[in-house]
Amino acid sequence: MNKIGETINQRKKLKQNIKLIHEESSYNKIQNFDVPKGLYEKCPQCERTINTKQNIENDYVCKHCGYHFRMRAVDRLKYVLDEDTFIEKGIGYITLNPLFQEGYEEKIAAYKKATNLDEAYVYGFGQIYGEPCVIGVMDSYFLMGSMGSVVGEKVAQTFEYAIYKKLPVIIFTASGGARMQEGIFSLMQMAKTSAAVAKYANLGYLYISVLTHPTTGGVTASFASLGDIILAEPNALIGFAGPRVIEQTIKQKLPDDFQKSEFLLKKGFVDLIVHRKDLKKTLAKLLNFHRRIN
Amino acid sequence: MNILDKEKKLIALEKQISELGKSESVKKLKEEVEFFKQNEMKKLNAWDRVLLARHQKRPKAKDFIDYMAEDFTELHGDRCFGDDASIIGGIGTINGIPFTIIGQQKGYTTEENIERNFGMPHPEGYRKALRLMKQAEKFNRPILTLIDTPGAYPGIGAEERGQGQAIALNLFEMSKLKVPVIAVVIGEGGSGGALALGFANKVLMLENAIYSILSPEGYASIIWKDASKAPQAAEIMKLTSYDLEEFNIIDGIIKEPVGGAHLDKQMTYFETKKRIMAEYDKLKNLSKTEITYLRNAKARSYGFLQRFNYDNIGGFTK
Repeated sequence: MNKIGETINQRKKLKQNIKLIHEESSYNKIQNFDVPKGLYEKCPQCERTINTKQNIENDYVCKHCGYHFRMRAVDRLKYVLDEDTFIEKGIGYITLNPLFQEGYEEKIAAYKKATNLDEAYVYGFGQIYGEPCVIGVMDSYFLMGSMGSVVGEKVAQTFEYAIYKKLPVIIFTASGGARMQEGIFSLMQMAKTSAAVAKYANLGYLYISVLTHPTTGGVTASFASLGDIILAEPNALIGFAGPRVIEQTIKQKLPDDFQKSEFLLKKGFVDLIVHRKDLKKTLAKLLNFHRRIN
Repeated sequence: MNILDKEKKLIALEKQISELGKSESVKKLKEEVEFFKQNEMKKLNAWDRVLLARHQKRPKAKDFIDYMAEDFTELHGDRCFGDDASIIGGIGTINGIPFTIIGQQKGYTTEENIERNFGMPHPEGYRKALRLMKQAEKFNRPILTLIDTPGAYPGIGAEERGQGQAIALNLFEMSKLKVPVIAVVIGEGGSGGALALGFANKVLMLENAIYSILSPEGYASIIWKDASKAPQAAEIMKLTSYDLEEFNIIDGIIKEPVGGAHLDKQMTYFETKKRIMAEYDKLKNLSKTEITYLRNAKARSYGFLQRFNYDNIGGFTK
């Protein structure tokens, strides 16, 4: 069989597989997203034990040292948006495993089950203190929030939806970079998302990018760095190359504050570092400054 | 036996021929060489192509530029921080048409490689490239970029000066350019560092060039925790020109001589120039809006995904 015929056959087979995965996944049962956690957890920074319930009430910030825990996409939405205002868009996309990597579909299916998300990125309409906006959130618990075909597509759609609705965009980034398993297709998402931002920016709309821990690789080198206003959470790792890669290249140890938000602020790549307890207010204020009268 | 061993064998055979001069056995040997070239040297797997793409003697961006544009004038500096030697840019005429040419330059020798940082640009390199592209747009010149880099440099200085931001801004601005952009991957197309010059109307690739999201070594060390399995990784990653053409990521393949571009450089330059001008002829009569639109439409289509009908199923919010 020739190469193209082979590919088509493989794709057919793949579609059947995907159908199965879809039926198995727990889409229909999704009501409450809260993932069960232990009663206590340890803060990675000060290593003190914290009550999980209190920690959630404290917006996932350590009460002892102010460490900002990573947040799941749904927790982030709950925390930043007004209650019951979120309408999710772009549901139901699935990657077709372009490189036919073994075990990749199963991996995605497992992550879907564990996180109850379509992919590492969620977007939709929402309101912050009554200010309407289009909001996108990356989830670093889904394959390290890596950007593959689906994430790229949904990010591009975020801007297109915002153009259609004439609304500002807020994106919370948290990603290890481009998704290795989808090879060159992941790389091309950088061009796709950047082009979407450019199209949106040309029309004069506001885009606020909020960098959270960790934002690296292909996401830093595309839409995360292209916000009109770039905010960051304290002590988040933000950079292009990962610290381990740099250490291997230059063969010396990196300083502790390297590639942290405070470092980026000092070097002039971040507008403002905002503590999580002030973030919602800051966003509402910024949205208010840019309110358009249509 | 990989391609480098085969090349050594070929050189040994050819040396034998020259030493023998004109005798009976020469004819036989010549036939043997020809047979070896046509059969063994043409069998290339993905790893062979990786080795060829990184070959020390492979022609570099400057060689292509010197062949295509004899009057090339180099322009330096990003007007902010400094001049990056790993990216060269300037103006030159190809077939009488002025082009802005930007290329990632590796070196032939170790000293030259250190000067050029092994073709790994810093942010100032990308900012220089962007400056020259904006200049080209102002004067309505087409842009040609030559891609040959293992990736953007991962170092302290590069991070301090915003490597990620520099690449992002290049992509952002390149999507808006109103002049034709043609990109040619001449050697290694490594990750975001390559894409930052590769967001083009037409992307061409030399037959034995590679274009990938990370190096096969990097991939192998992540998947198998063993960088020495890079040859296997290269097969899986689909990084050769033929794979990428099938994926519609690139628009054309430029043929190389048997055994790699360095064995017949003149032919490589000739073919490359021919293909670039052919692509330019297709683009030159398009309007500015069409040029920009086509470039973005292509970028918008990248991806390999499907949407299911979820009419009765919401996301987690429903």
